[in-house]
Amino acid sequence: MTLSRLAFFRAGGSALPGYRLSLTLTLAWTGFFIILPLSTLLVYPWQGGPAAMLSALHDSRMLAALWTSFSCAGIAAACNIPFGFLLAWALARGHLPGRRLADALIDLPLALPTAVSGITLATLYGPHGWLGAVLAEFGISVSYNKTGIVLALMFVGLPFVVRAVEPVLRNLPQELEEAAHLLGARPWQVFMRVIAAPVLPALITGFGLAFARGIGEYGSVIFIAGNQPFKSEIAPLLIVVRLQEFDYPGATAIALVLLCVSLLSLALIGGVRRRFALWSEPA
Amino acid sequence: MTRYLVWGASWLFILLVLVTPPAMVLTEALKDGLAASLATLSDPDAQSAIWLTLRVSVVAVVLNTIFGILAAWVLVKFRFPGRQFLQILVELPLSISPVVSGLVWLLLFGAQGWFGPLLERWNIHIAFAVPGIILATLFVTLPYVVRTVMPVMEVQGRDAEEAAVLAGAGFWQVLWHVTLPGVRGALLSGVLLTTARALGEFGAVSVVSGHIPGETETMPLHIENLYNGYQSVAAFTMAALLAFMAMSAVLLRSAPDWIARLQEKKA
Repeated sequence: MTLSRLAFFRAGGSALPGYRLSLTLTLAWTGFFIILPLSTLLVYPWQGGPAAMLSALHDSRMLAALWTSFSCAGIAAACNIPFGFLLAWALARGHLPGRRLADALIDLPLALPTAVSGITLATLYGPHGWLGAVLAEFGISVSYNKTGIVLALMFVGLPFVVRAVEPVLRNLPQELEEAAHLLGARPWQVFMRVIAAPVLPALITGFGLAFARGIGEYGSVIFIAGNQPFKSEIAPLLIVVRLQEFDYPGATAIALVLLCVSLLSLALIGGVRRRFALWSEPA
Repeated sequence: MTRYLVWGASWLFILLVLVTPPAMVLTEALKDGLAASLATLSDPDAQSAIWLTLRVSVVAVVLNTIFGILAAWVLVKFRFPGRQFLQILVELPLSISPVVSGLVWLLLFGAQGWFGPLLERWNIHIAFAVPGIILATLFVTLPYVVRTVMPVMEVQGRDAEEAAVLAGAGFWQVLWHVTLPGVRGALLSGVLLTTARALGEFGAVSVVSGHIPGETETMPLHIENLYNGYQSVAAFTMAALLAFMAMSAVLLRSAPDWIARLQEKKA
């Protein structure tokens, strides 16, 4: 690095004041609140030696819980794609009556504290709840099994899909659809080639965000899930159980897996976004 | 035709999935009448939970607002090696499970944690006490102010600040008189999102709290306790209050728009 570049970086590449002070404070704050706590996750599982870590990862109850979390989060995010697309379309292009109210309601799952969503969904879909009683008529039992987990995660993940797709639909030039029409495309051809194709990256982004949120979700799931080991026990709950047993290495091993998977899915979203940047940026 | 189908399906879905939960909270809370549900709030453990939640939220909001402004300033206005990495670090808590966000503080300050034995000797209690709850809340709410303020600061550019510096303004003067007035709306939005998240945080706080009623129980933890104890009215009343607080924080973000619209009407 040449001297002039060194001087450039020393001043933060700008003539503004406060560079050193604000950088020092920011580094100190992130150091204590992000780097120090997260480094425990990387180091703690290995403190008992690699053998202990490997045996912790082979725990069958843990694998079952991880599978429950990943499969339910995946199914919930996938189910949210058609509903999320429908709502995004209605909001962005469908001239939905009561659009502003609907728009505010979409964000409700994000605003509702998770413990509140948890007890509410458990009651709502419980055997005597408004929706649970109706579903029971059709022989669908929701509470205390994986269906309940999927429903809770769908509720929590819906805004991510809608909010990912909506701006893309809004920015999509309507002329393209008209042009395709004039060129003789059938309605489903217009949909698949002119609408669905550019929206696909946004759908993948929404799916990934909902999935990443779903695998870590705790409060809105535990009340409806029933929490039976090997059946309806989610990974975050097993962390809590392990902590109550004072099995800290066991808890940390699960946490590390969760962290890696959610970071991986977010990295994949980043990749998709960069690859298909064309329509995803607001015009 | 298709249009009506889309409208019907959308509103049916919204009603079934998004409107029923808040309606259910209110019905369950008011099952025995308004007086009965208000009476549950005067329980000493309920009062203590409300106060603890308010105290923790105020601390988290104030500290993370100060940090958020400084972090956004340094990330937007300056260029240095590792800037993008720092930005990723700051946003990391958003993608971490709430339970894990609590766990890390136990691994640091719990009895089996790195600094636990040391703190024990000095008789400082962080895990299973209020300081642990504050740390966990600070962790989960850390990204919100930075994330909302950064894009607006980016658009703002550096011209006004550079002019102020040439006119002899120091760091705090530039920040207070030039930069912050320009990002007022975004800052308010970030502060309110931080508030909503701090009020409602459940998983992270649950892990570090120790669940001592009247001492380390926040509102969400008290809701869990009441619900599991089959005190449905009390649980849903507390849930309604908490939901009202968090949702008003989220909705208040559009307050500047309402005020602007009112002023337009007057003019």
